[in-house]
Amino acid sequence: MKCIAWEDRPSVKVPGMIKISVRYFAAFREATGIESETLETPAQTPAELFSECITLHGSLRSRTASLVAINDEMADWETPLNDGDEVLFFPPVAGG
Amino acid sequence: MKRFEITAQAIDLEAFRALLISQSCGACVQFEGWVRDHNEGQKVLRLEYEVYAPLAVKEGNRILDQAMERFGVENACAVHRSGLMELSEVAVLVGVSSPHRGAAFDACRYIIDQAKLRLPIWKKEHYESGEAEWVNCRHCYAAGDHHHIG
Repeated sequence: MKCIAWEDRPSVKVPGMIKISVRYFAAFREATGIESETLETPAQTPAELFSECITLHGSLRSRTASLVAINDEMADWETPLNDGDEVLFFPPVAGG
Repeated sequence: MKRFEITAQAIDLEAFRALLISQSCGACVQFEGWVRDHNEGQKVLRLEYEVYAPLAVKEGNRILDQAMERFGVENACAVHRSGLMELSEVAVLVGVSSPHRGAAFDACRYIIDQAKLRLPIWKKEHYESGEAEWVNCRHCYAAGDHHHIG
């Protein structure tokens, strides 16, 4: 078995993990206390990502009736995520 | 003034109406959404709109395009406010002009209904009790965590 020094290791990411920027709006921002964060996550969809965010932020609860956007386009909770995506979590909207 | 606009300033009703005028149109329908002094039994003192403008404008223009295509109206415009608002101010304004009134009424109704469902805009009501709450969002956070005003 060939060994390499730790500092010479290839800079590969942990398999299955992607880096995602998350932004929280309105009630979600107040629940988490932050506007945005970057997560290394195994989540493959916004739905899975939101579940992870609930475990990270105790005050965050349900996404019922909420919307999601990826890279400034409205998306679906089951849209596949890609490394480097920016995911926007929109609590239930109330314009008008 | 653009076709779909987000503004923190009072909406200029005359300038908006001018966008809709056309000699081939015999009908103009406008909807104004006002800040109301009550909601679900609570007395509302004022409210606050948070808007994610990049996507609200994009999606707002899509709604206007869909209304024009679906109902065949000639002009369709809308403006939505952001920020703090006092009672009776115009929070949203939708306008449609068309050769005949039927299509104008239908298109105007479609635009305001879709805007309420699709635009990334949130409303925080400030109540007489001193509390403030995001409308439709009670289930989003743990009880007791929503009294701070951010």
